[in-house]
Amino acid sequence: MKPAPFDYVRPGSLPEALAALAGEPNAKVLAGGQSLVPLLSMRLAAPSLLVDINGIPGLADITVTGEGVRLGALARHADVLASAEARRVQPLLAMALENVAHATIRNRGTTVGSIVHADAAAEMPVVLKLLGGSVEVASVRGTRTIDADDLYVGPLESSLAHDEVAVSAYFPALPAGAGVAFDEIARRHGDYALCGAAALVDGDTVRVGYLSVNDVPTVVDLTGVPLSDMGEAALEGLEPAGDIHATAAYRAQLVRVLTERVVRAAREMVSTSSTTESASSTTEDN
Amino acid sequence: MTDELHDVRMTVNGVAHDVRVPARRLLSDALRHDLGLTGTHVGCEHGVCGACTVLVDGRPMRSCLMFAVSAVDAEITTVEGLTGADGSLGPVQQAFAECHGLQCGFCTPGFLTTITAGLRENPHPTHEECRDMIAGNLCRCTGYQNIVKAVERAAELVSTSSTTGEGAGSTTGAGSTSDGETA
Repeated sequence: MKPAPFDYVRPGSLPEALAALAGEPNAKVLAGGQSLVPLLSMRLAAPSLLVDINGIPGLADITVTGEGVRLGALARHADVLASAEARRVQPLLAMALENVAHATIRNRGTTVGSIVHADAAAEMPVVLKLLGGSVEVASVRGTRTIDADDLYVGPLESSLAHDEVAVSAYFPALPAGAGVAFDEIARRHGDYALCGAAALVDGDTVRVGYLSVNDVPTVVDLTGVPLSDMGEAALEGLEPAGDIHATAAYRAQLVRVLTERVVRAAREMVSTSSTTESASSTTEDN
Repeated sequence: MTDELHDVRMTVNGVAHDVRVPARRLLSDALRHDLGLTGTHVGCEHGVCGACTVLVDGRPMRSCLMFAVSAVDAEITTVEGLTGADGSLGPVQQAFAECHGLQCGFCTPGFLTTITAGLRENPHPTHEECRDMIAGNLCRCTGYQNIVKAVERAAELVSTSSTTGEGAGSTTGAGSTSDGETA
């Protein structure tokens, strides 16, 4: 099928884009379009106006500091994945991005767009939430920062107002001595996962985020739980549902398996990096 | 809602085209219907099958997941742009012919564009990397074995032609965006 008719503007600056959005409650922002265009073609969405932000300069920046990684609204998944600096400061970004659809989709799709599309089956929303990141949004009324914890309010629903554009997303750096890991199970390479999990281990703290389990990206605190009990403990904070792809029982089993797998991998990352650090400090002592 | 028409200058295979299209015209449809470049095939029309893959500024993208109005600043290469100036087959096309990498041919344009860009990024892929390169493209005829062989053969042809300086097809295929003098 083809999209229903819509009006279209391609502003050359952010203020122009915000003005266009402010005047039209049924407008949508077009960035990469890799989720939006299929929804339009299947007529699951029919906005009256598309505001194409691809012509706005300066929105594609990937800014990496010691504190974290900031991604502009037009930073494509492929560019973020290729950034060695971003990978070094927050390795979970690349670990998860490798699982986002196929390379061809990653060439066009944007990470910030995926985050505010708020699909609970997507990788990057739960990564933002697990890491305690945030999104900066702008409208004609000004700018504000939305913490990841306040971003996801329902299935495919974020807390952005209709006239707001997500300008950037911020992912805090991995603290020294902490570890992360990501894994997911999909029926085919590049498909949406039946279940996915991302782990953050920092000292005694263990937190795991899940995609494709609840109807919003969900993070569970598993601090103090023995590894072999973590899957069961995680399920107390989750409500795996059955659908055409997997039964609820199978999805729960994937939660058990993936939880152990990602926590173990994140802990291995901690011990590997601490071994490397002590080895290098020994070398320096000599 | 009216289907207001937009004037768009699209650069395809090094040639500029002026088209007048509604905003909802998919890039895949603009290529096929407005420009008559029917080499780009439309399969699923929601980004899953990969048949409609074209190169946008040299990177493979789904033309069914872009609007023609969004392609205004882009250099697009379709399967028609992979042949040599004399009409000879480009190296990836040659490899598909040699390895029997197609049967019905419906999915082939998407494979050819994807692999052309993939070999530019990674000229000497391992067997696994060849498989990974085409993971986003579906073929219902071949079982993929001969397509993977074709990727490996294409890598040989590209590296041979680039070391000997022969093979007009490969340079045109790879560089059709760089020699993009607009008409």
